[in-house]
Amino acid sequence: MKRKSRINSNTLLLLITIALFIVMYAIGCVIYHEKGFDHLQTFLNILITNAGLLCVACGMTCVMLTGGIDISVGSLIAMDCMILAYGMGVKGYPCIPLLIFVLVIGLVFGLVQGFLVGYLDIQPFIITMAGMFFARGMTAVICTKQLSITQDANALFYSWANYKIFLPKFLGYLNSKGKLQIPFIRPTVLVALSVVLIIFFVLKFTKFGRALYAVGGNEASAKLMGLNVRSTKLKAYILSSFLCSIGGICYSLNTMSGSVQQAVGLEMDAIASSVIGGTLLTGGVGSVFGSLFGVLINGTIGTLVNTNGKLLSSWANIATAALLCFFIILQSVFALVKERKS
Amino acid sequence: MEDQILLTMRGVSKTFPGVKALDNVSITLRKGEIHALMGENGAGKSTLIKVLTGVHAFEEGEIRLDGFDEPIINHTPIEAQKRGIVTVYQEVNLCPNLSVAENLFIGREPKTKLGYIDWRKMNKLSRELLKRLDIDVDVTQTLENYSLAIQQMVAIARAVDMDCKALILDEPTSSLDENEVSKLFVLMRHLREKGVGIIFVTHFLEQVYAVCDRITVLRNGEFAGEYTVAEMPRFKLVATMLGKDVDDLDSIKPEGCESNCDEIAVEAVGLGHKGTIKPFDFHIRKGEVVGVTGLLGSGRTEMVRCLYGADHAQSGTLKMKGKVLKAKAPIDSIKSGMGYLPDDRKADGLISELSVRENIVLALQARQGVFKTLPLAKQYELADSFIEMLHIKTATRETPVSQLSGGNQQKVILARWLCTHPDFLILDEPTRGIDIGTKTEFQKLILKFASEGMSVVFISSEIEEMLRTCTRMCVMRDGEKVGEIDGEMTQEIVMSAIAGGEEK
Repeated sequence: MKRKSRINSNTLLLLITIALFIVMYAIGCVIYHEKGFDHLQTFLNILITNAGLLCVACGMTCVMLTGGIDISVGSLIAMDCMILAYGMGVKGYPCIPLLIFVLVIGLVFGLVQGFLVGYLDIQPFIITMAGMFFARGMTAVICTKQLSITQDANALFYSWANYKIFLPKFLGYLNSKGKLQIPFIRPTVLVALSVVLIIFFVLKFTKFGRALYAVGGNEASAKLMGLNVRSTKLKAYILSSFLCSIGGICYSLNTMSGSVQQAVGLEMDAIASSVIGGTLLTGGVGSVFGSLFGVLINGTIGTLVNTNGKLLSSWANIATAALLCFFIILQSVFALVKERKS
Repeated sequence: MEDQILLTMRGVSKTFPGVKALDNVSITLRKGEIHALMGENGAGKSTLIKVLTGVHAFEEGEIRLDGFDEPIINHTPIEAQKRGIVTVYQEVNLCPNLSVAENLFIGREPKTKLGYIDWRKMNKLSRELLKRLDIDVDVTQTLENYSLAIQQMVAIARAVDMDCKALILDEPTSSLDENEVSKLFVLMRHLREKGVGIIFVTHFLEQVYAVCDRITVLRNGEFAGEYTVAEMPRFKLVATMLGKDVDDLDSIKPEGCESNCDEIAVEAVGLGHKGTIKPFDFHIRKGEVVGVTGLLGSGRTEMVRCLYGADHAQSGTLKMKGKVLKAKAPIDSIKSGMGYLPDDRKADGLISELSVRENIVLALQARQGVFKTLPLAKQYELADSFIEMLHIKTATRETPVSQLSGGNQQKVILARWLCTHPDFLILDEPTRGIDIGTKTEFQKLILKFASEGMSVVFISSEIEEMLRTCTRMCVMRDGEKVGEIDGEMTQEIVMSAIAGGEEK
């Protein structure tokens, strides 16, 4: 009987995000048809380059759902990449233990930040800013040079980085030289997409996931309803840093290098992606699929600017800025409309 | 079953720094009864409930709950909940961003065999639960889509489903309209039949007589008595709460406030704000008290907001002392001599960390501008005079406002406006949520100001209160001013005007 009101403003925001992505991509396909923008591989490349960001954005969404924020992720990725590059490239350690080490660092990093935010009630912005400085500083302490991981240094890691997973043959197309191309993805894409699916499941179907929404919706109420607000926050930050470390490994596989200046500002990309995907900074509202499309939009803008070739790459930033404004204004308008109605 | 005792608190004492909040207080709650807890502000109702539910610790006394051999002590609200004592506050403690079903089941969601949340089962259980309680909502909708009344009922439903034995309703009806209140009562009676014991805290006498079985009265942190509703006529109840005869109440018949001055202070012609209030005419003479009456949501607040300029009027003109006033923002209205005490005490800008003195001089300072600081001596003088005049109960003038009781906080806001010496003061529900003694004081004050030449617009949900203070009443209905009552005013006349001739 009230079918129409079923689509609430949050769902509508998500739909707008998805529609925007499709429109943007379609425009790209029409304008840059000759440059091969409409090839499936272009889309897959967006996924490949942004696999790390996607993992980070998933974690960021979880933290933002509680009404918090985690700006340490960019630096943490730089530190992860540096540990991997230094460990394999300089010290020649085997890669599996190093990867486990990086993941453990993520857990510990999250544990400390989450404890300070959840149990000592410190502003998440300040805590994760401290984390940001710490991780960036540690990166430089490990090594100030730009390091890279070569095939000689670690053949296994190198082979993962260059491994192509081909899609079925019928998706193949002829490139400009008339040669058959079969589109492929990298293992990192599978990792990132699994993260999206798992986090989606966690958010929708587990007690912890719903507690994230409840804490963001009304912390005092969540407490009175018997939820453990402190441990929920702690877990959210652990999850964020852990996913960030997974993202760091993806990032390392993509770049095969480590340097102090790596992934600068990545935390802002992650926040932007979440916001464009419909996550509210005030908490309680958001979805991981929204963030997926946020990342895709982010990637598409970059690719469009790159494909053009003549534009300064900074135009991507300006486009992101415009989009952010657009979505935040949209959210406010929806909130106002809702207020009017009630 | 009828007289089975569910919960007793005996000889409970609680001291806050400097104040004995509870002194040897007892209350007995039986199964299947609705028990009113009454008392003036500061009588210790809230403290008693907070002690019971584990928000505060207590020094002396014991709490016994049916099913426990030993006296119990709750250390946290959650512990109290686990023992079956649940509180539903006026501000609903639910998550507005989650669905109704989730709010009912969060923290104890039904799981499938694989251990994840079974949404279908959760929605089904929610539907069944709400159907049993006669609440008709779509459980998959987010909670914020529903009215406060429904949200409260959902909170109660959650409590009921968590095997709650004792349900505490802390002023649940303050923000509800009549229709919603009656719905809530139906639910409360329903629960009573199921054997739940309900402690009902309220300021509304009618509601006590409408739904309660027994009354416990507190006064100044002490136990003043327990009565059945049948043996307690209203007059006696009020007298018990106040601890004195209520001649006081009758003594303030509107005599002498009849305005014999014909000078018109404020006049509005065709003033209106699109979407909230249809164009209306209004005038008030110097020294007159005019009431604005109507049901909740009938446009009472919207009308005065429009007069004050909080909502910018799109049509009509407003004259103040014969001069056309074009108020773009409230600061213009303040400068021309208006004052407005809004109905939302929390949001209206009592700055709870600041002292009583600072809160009082705020508006005056704002009108003077930043560069003309009021001398401290002058501030002390102002603060002291208002503390005395309004009988503000505060330790010192430098006490933070947050430590004052609700009624006294209200007086501080009133003092803030009074010290700007407004010619025209709008009071929107100034007496809501405050006790009868303070209400009487408020009414006396309003009349006093009027006799000194101030024009006052007074809004109250309690018709009796307005009958005592106002010379004239504007009647609002559905966002429109539908008439004025002049001359002889009785409760019946006003009620029928509000109802608009329809059978009530």
